[in-house]
Amino acid sequence: MNTVPEASLSRKAVERASSGQRTKDLMFKLMLLLSVSVGFVVLAALMLDVLVDGGSRVSLDFVTSFPSRISPENTGVKSALIGTIYLMILCAVFIVPVGVATAVYLEEYANRESRLSRIIEVNIQNLAAVPSVVYGILGLAFIVRGPLGLGPVLLAGALTLGLLVLPVVIIVAREAIRAVPSSIREGSMALGATQWQTIWKQVLPGALPGIATGVILALSRAIGETAPLLVIGAATFARFNPEGITDRFTAMPLAIFEFISDADTEFRSAGAAAIIVLLALLVVMNAGAIFLRNRYERKW
Amino acid sequence: MEATSAGAMGSPRPDVYRKQRTPRSVGEAFVKIAPFLIAFLILDGVLIALVGTPAIRILLLAAAVLTIVFVGISLLFGRETAIRVTLLAAALISVLTTTGIVFSLLQETVVFFGEVGVGEYLFGTKWTPLAGGESQSFGVIPLVFDTLYLTGIGLLVAIPFGVGSAIYLSEYASPRVRRILKPILEVLSGVPTIVFGYFALTFVTPVILKGLGLEVGSFNALSAGLVLGVLVLPTIATVADDALTAVPGSLREGAFGLGASRMQVSVRVVLPAALSGVVAALVLGASRAIGETVIILVAGGQTTNLTLDPAQAMQNMAAFIAAASRADIPSSGPEYGAIFAVGTTLFVMTLVLNAISIRFVRKYRQVYE
Amino acid sequence: MADRVTQEPDRREREARAATSGAPSTSSEGQAAPALQTEAKGQRPAAGTREAIYDLDDVGVAYGGVPAVREVTFPIYQHEITALIGPSGCGKSTLIRCLNRMNDLIPAAAVTGKVAYHGQNLYDDEIDPVQVRKHIGMVFQKPNPFPKSIYDNIAFGPRVLGMDGDMDEIVESALRRGALWDEVKDRLKTNAFGMSGGQQQRLCIARALATSPDVILMDEPCSALDPISTGRIEDLMLELKQNYSIVIVTHNMQQAARVSNMTAFFTVELDADEKQRTGRVVEYDDTEKVFTNPSDERTEAYVTGKVG
Repeated sequence: MNTVPEASLSRKAVERASSGQRTKDLMFKLMLLLSVSVGFVVLAALMLDVLVDGGSRVSLDFVTSFPSRISPENTGVKSALIGTIYLMILCAVFIVPVGVATAVYLEEYANRESRLSRIIEVNIQNLAAVPSVVYGILGLAFIVRGPLGLGPVLLAGALTLGLLVLPVVIIVAREAIRAVPSSIREGSMALGATQWQTIWKQVLPGALPGIATGVILALSRAIGETAPLLVIGAATFARFNPEGITDRFTAMPLAIFEFISDADTEFRSAGAAAIIVLLALLVVMNAGAIFLRNRYERKW
Repeated sequence: MEATSAGAMGSPRPDVYRKQRTPRSVGEAFVKIAPFLIAFLILDGVLIALVGTPAIRILLLAAAVLTIVFVGISLLFGRETAIRVTLLAAALISVLTTTGIVFSLLQETVVFFGEVGVGEYLFGTKWTPLAGGESQSFGVIPLVFDTLYLTGIGLLVAIPFGVGSAIYLSEYASPRVRRILKPILEVLSGVPTIVFGYFALTFVTPVILKGLGLEVGSFNALSAGLVLGVLVLPTIATVADDALTAVPGSLREGAFGLGASRMQVSVRVVLPAALSGVVAALVLGASRAIGETVIILVAGGQTTNLTLDPAQAMQNMAAFIAAASRADIPSSGPEYGAIFAVGTTLFVMTLVLNAISIRFVRKYRQVYE
Repeated sequence: MADRVTQEPDRREREARAATSGAPSTSSEGQAAPALQTEAKGQRPAAGTREAIYDLDDVGVAYGGVPAVREVTFPIYQHEITALIGPSGCGKSTLIRCLNRMNDLIPAAAVTGKVAYHGQNLYDDEIDPVQVRKHIGMVFQKPNPFPKSIYDNIAFGPRVLGMDGDMDEIVESALRRGALWDEVKDRLKTNAFGMSGGQQQRLCIARALATSPDVILMDEPCSALDPISTGRIEDLMLELKQNYSIVIVTHNMQQAARVSNMTAFFTVELDADEKQRTGRVVEYDDTEKVFTNPSDERTEAYVTGKVG
């Protein structure tokens, strides 16, 4: 029987290499685990920090009192919370029709090759990457001042935030519409329905769960934004609730900003409490979106 | 089995399916439109009289005009065409937005450059636009530098941990682990930036940094930069993960078959294959970091320092815009214009970065299709 | 051994005759069946009195400039089942979609020639395709019920077309005509997706019937179904023939032989100079003739299975 010295030598070499490699492998895997844990750890630390700082301040009083400049113990977020909720509703009224209409146009009517469609598509992609402050500048120049001249009011805030999150709605709505199979459209058209009848009665109802989820996500982004509202000049402190869409307002992110920027660090715990309220609102909204998605999403 | 006669519609007469005849003349069209026009004018007048605010009047007027236009097209060209035009109009709002952004930025920027020279702005090294009198200076270099510096600190955190997370998620994690970790990343990316700002100001600075014995100011670049990195990490991780998982399994199998370890497969086979997508992720992350306002505004400070010392306070372009628009400055003049000039600079930078990242995304998609 | 050999041609001849008369090919089955089938297939009026509902004249379709089918010229008769057969890719589906202007939905498709429907060219400038489709129903290869209830599926057409009348009655009538009423009458409000494939296809047929069309076009309606469902749909087609005209594209020769009155055989021609494959009609005649005594050798090759 032949012994093959080269083979056993190379086998030893492979084993040596493997053990070295195995150590490297392990180190690598540990580094990766570390990377993944960074996100997790920071999130946990953040939550803990906020809860520790502000947990004790959250109460019904806190949510139903106006903010106070003099007394950190009695300050509250009523005006900010109302403002945020109004903003959300107004924003929805704007972004749902415009966003869905744009998505329908791009998916159902537009000729994909035409220059106009390409311009619109590139536009949407670019808008999604513009920093939120710049939307604030846009709002300041055209909505608060300039042609519309509304002033730093609810409608202005809602429109500014709406323009900011519009690309999100458009993108999500397009995906939802695209998911509806063409056989449904063909079946409808073959019965003698017009294009719009097909879209309104078959495609949109089929895409509705996806669109609704997307709208909720867009709105949760909108109500978390601070920068655009700061730039358009919305108040960070208001001891009144807005009554109409042309009233001045404040919102949760602005109130938080005011609390934590105050030189008097006593207000910081109020800021943490306000953060808890805002996060609770976002959790509810996102849970709603997830519920909608799981319950109603159609698997074509 | 019922036998009904051939169709409630009967044997179709040919002219039943002709198109709707368009009106023969403008006169006929007008006669059709006139009643609607009158009705709307009356309705509009009533609403305006009742509500009264100029802003609302404009909006109502706009709504009325749009409705009339819709009805008009509908009568002239058919309802389907009118719907198509309406949808196109909605789609053009996005184009209008971009035009509006560009216009609103450029208008004041041009005025600004009239007052403060382009050279002074682009090459000056002192940025004190809100200072009074002699010490007022509009050299943007420190501001741009601070922006890039803060972004740099952020990316130092976000890139390794983000790409590392992506590699773990795509190459190592079981589907069950993925199902837990990916939502955590999603949650992290859904946290409002003001919360991150709070975290930087009230935890990272006092507890972490001072706890480590570093001598930093209450407002410092390190704190803001680190938290900025955490903000951007999920973006990089998600996009890079998409790129990595798009690499076909056959490439991995081939490498495993040759006896390569998982690390070797990940780093030497999958990562290079997904490289353009990963680069796109990095560029996207950088773009987001550059434009971030609130974290810097809250934790970074109000001053613009041309320094490499991370313990100092720093301000970036976006934070400057937000701070300056809240300051008590007149609605004209170089201070006001500075906001727009900086806005233009920021807009151009993110636009360029976005264009680059789209290029990379397109490249990586092409490879697999 | 010898007996077997002589029996072969006998069996084949019997099968062909059985195919023509619509009976199952095992001839030992009850003799009553063929007679019934023959009746169902129809007392056809004498050749001269048949009314043509469609008259195709040099119809061609090109996708992005590349011709898919060309020079199609033949009439389609009322209250008959006309089958379009032929190998894959010869333009049968493309052609049937011309009959109700469904090719309009494909931007790259260009239709030439004249598709006369009751004398009116459907492709005239002034014709509204939406109106056309109200009179001509279509059933697709893969059943495509809407994600709604059975009731709403049937009611969709009438509602969209603005038909008058009691919707409940319209729905019931359509389901009865579609041979589905008894199976679903107790669950009209349940989702259509809960039905089996064969039921879904019959639902699609009933849905097309609900608008009381003149013609029903069927593009390989049974190719995605099991043999039992296929049989039921074929029975349904034979019933519907009394009140509607049916055009069916099918890959299944036996099906064409079983149900149709007239058959058009398509084939693909390779254009020598242009290197294009274009479909055209080779033969159009009584089904019986096409299957037992075709005029063209290509037809014979196909129907006897020499060519796939």
